[in-house]
Amino acid sequence: MEGMAAPQVIPVEEPEIQEVPERDRPWVTIVWNDPVNLMSYVTWVFQKLFGYNKEKAEKLMLDVHRKGKATVSSGARERMEHDASRLHAYGLWATVDQP
Amino acid sequence: MVALLTDGFDRADPVVERLFPDVYPDDPASTADLRQYIDGDLKTAKIDQAGAILAALPAAGGTEVSLDDEAAEAWLRALNDVRLALGIRLEVRDDMDIEEELDEAVLRDPTSPRVGQLELYGYLGLLQQSLLEALTS
Repeated sequence: MEGMAAPQVIPVEEPEIQEVPERDRPWVTIVWNDPVNLMSYVTWVFQKLFGYNKEKAEKLMLDVHRKGKATVSSGARERMEHDASRLHAYGLWATVDQP
Repeated sequence: MVALLTDGFDRADPVVERLFPDVYPDDPASTADLRQYIDGDLKTAKIDQAGAILAALPAAGGTEVSLDDEAAEAWLRALNDVRLALGIRLEVRDDMDIEEELDEAVLRDPTSPRVGQLELYGYLGLLQQSLLEALTS
């Protein structure tokens, strides 16, 4: 086909999907519901440990109570492990996960 | 509580499991790794806060206890630990009404240990609630 005008092909733009490497994705600290902890105590612990205002702390507490769990902090893995252990010191049931 | 955390420390005990939860429920290896770093401190903190209650109790005959903020917070955490431990032994559930549960236990056998434990559980809850109100008001 020499000599013929090459059909103009518009290159399909490949969307740039950049996978965030697994190790860079944020980790989360999750608090789970339990039948013993007082709602007022859980709210107080969230305010105390994370510096959340009362409104945010209460919302998180209600999420824990009604949905069974809530994400209370997110960030680097070591920091989440630290948060979980602080929550354990206050008797809350916390785990760390990388969603 | 202090005995449970010291001589009687048994990882298979559901109370110990609740007070020292697995940080990675699906990853026993990471959980075990982390335990090496945090469990010692956590255990010491729990023993210390239980001690804070014992230390503040008045000598025989006294009825008044006064606490500064720091001591009040240690009490809150320690009371919570005892309630968690009792809650597991009593199999407390989310939908359980402690008053009703107590009535039933009294009707079954007023001398059973469950009656005393439910009374204590209820009392500690009220104490924790009022301490919390005093601290945040």
